[in-house]
Amino acid sequence: MRGATEDHPLIRWALVGITIGFVVLFLLLPLLTVFSAALEKGIGAAWEALGDPDALSSIKLTFITALIAVPLNTVFGVAAAWAVSKYDFRGKSLLTSFIDLPFSVSPVISGLIYVLIFGLQGWLGPWLREHDIKIIFALPGIVLATMFVTFPFVARELIPLMTDQGRDEEEAAMSLGASGLKTFFRVTLPSIKWGLLYGVLLCNARAMGEFGAVSVVSGHIRGQTNTMPLHVEVLYNDYQFVAAFAVASVLAFLALVTLTLKSFLEWRYADEIAAVHRH
Amino acid sequence: MAALTLGGSWKRKNALPGFGLSLGFTLFYLSVVVLIPLAALIIRPWELGVDGFIKAVTEPRVLAALKLSFGAAAIAAVVNTFFGLLVAWALTRYRFPGHRLVDALVDLPFALPTSVAGIALCTLYAQNGWIGELLVPLNIKVAYTPLGVVVALIFIGLPFVVRTLQPVLADLGRDPEEAAATLGAGRFQAFRRVVLPALAPALVTGGALAFARAVGEYGSVIFIAGNLPMKSEIAPLLIIIKLEQFDYAGAAAIGVVMLAASFLILLALNVLQVWTAGRR
Repeated sequence: MRGATEDHPLIRWALVGITIGFVVLFLLLPLLTVFSAALEKGIGAAWEALGDPDALSSIKLTFITALIAVPLNTVFGVAAAWAVSKYDFRGKSLLTSFIDLPFSVSPVISGLIYVLIFGLQGWLGPWLREHDIKIIFALPGIVLATMFVTFPFVARELIPLMTDQGRDEEEAAMSLGASGLKTFFRVTLPSIKWGLLYGVLLCNARAMGEFGAVSVVSGHIRGQTNTMPLHVEVLYNDYQFVAAFAVASVLAFLALVTLTLKSFLEWRYADEIAAVHRH
Repeated sequence: MAALTLGGSWKRKNALPGFGLSLGFTLFYLSVVVLIPLAALIIRPWELGVDGFIKAVTEPRVLAALKLSFGAAAIAAVVNTFFGLLVAWALTRYRFPGHRLVDALVDLPFALPTSVAGIALCTLYAQNGWIGELLVPLNIKVAYTPLGVVVALIFIGLPFVVRTLQPVLADLGRDPEEAAATLGAGRFQAFRRVVLPALAPALVTGGALAFARAVGEYGSVIFIAGNLPMKSEIAPLLIIIKLEQFDYAGAAAIGVVMLAASFLILLALNVLQVWTAGRR
């Protein structure tokens, strides 16, 4: 006998079938295409493409960018979450909406805003040119655009988590004579570490994979201002498909590692990371 | 750094240190990275004057691009709302082989760089691709047409709907349906009259988030779109083209229109949230 809230087996199998079909068609096939197209001419060709100096330099630039942007946004995220969750002040909800703002801005606009300030005809453009400082079409612009698109990740992970935890434990530690820093490292940090790691993981994945925003500020100079996602575009538009998909499969592999770690954290430390995840 | 000095008078009595420092740094970093650059975007187009602004965003090529970006995003959002509900329902209600894999795969569009998704989709739907060649006999062209834009936007938007619905479906549980069944409702009636109304706010939210993301999407679209002016050229690409022509004000004008649209969507969602919270 079926219970009153059980669906008819036929409906169940139809829904599961459609779900699997839809996921395979729209998600799994694109992923498989990346690896299959990379290996089309054998693993040797793909490997060779990764050893190309321009490819190597794009890998290096991607890591440098992430190494600057992610720690900065992490420090910001912790500071913002500390201020928002441990104190009461006016304008708090406005502040949290401002922090989430970059998520609702198109990647292209995220790059455009820095061109409007630092570009040749931007607000600071003439001054920067006089002093021979390059921001657009150079590393600083790439880092800024990456910082913008990954801005909310750590903060939005920590704010709900630390708000839930309140400030009783920190106050107890302080009343027992611990210093502010000691309280943070011994009391706060251990209780938010998994949530923090979760936020950093997502922040890093986006930092390494951002395309649109970086594309606007990079100038696509081969071997100099191409990150991996940009190098994929350049190679593809050059009809070097195996090379394009070889670099793409490194990025796809990174994405899979991220997803695996993310699923693991959600499964193992569900209670210690914030409840709602959308991004 | 006004916050450092103002800090003391703002907060209520609180023994924890670091308020001025953490809020000061937060406001400083937020202003430098987000607020001032966004202000530059909002101010820039008005150097054209109001007439110039209107002219810049109503020139035929811009209008066609905006129409495509918003239209394709709307179609993709509707498709995603429907299939997202199916996927979320199957994932929360049933256990089936590959359940964990499907659940993890839903997040793929968040994790996969958009240029990688873009070249993969383009290859897949090109006339010699795995899916494209199946569509040739049916005379359906996806790659390099507006249909390709919709396909890419479905890819990018699906997780927003599924991830918004999943927690709501899990919270809802089976009690309301059981009550409906006790009162003599059939399965479909219980779904339509009890479950669907309870899910409606989450469905709208998920769909709107997918729509907002899709309107501004660039990387996954430009490869499969073909980028023919007036036909398959999306608004974000036109921004880049204007920038390359050093038409900063024109680029910013399109940006402002898109930004205004996504803020209106966010505002509407907030109103919806307040409204549904008040209804409970």
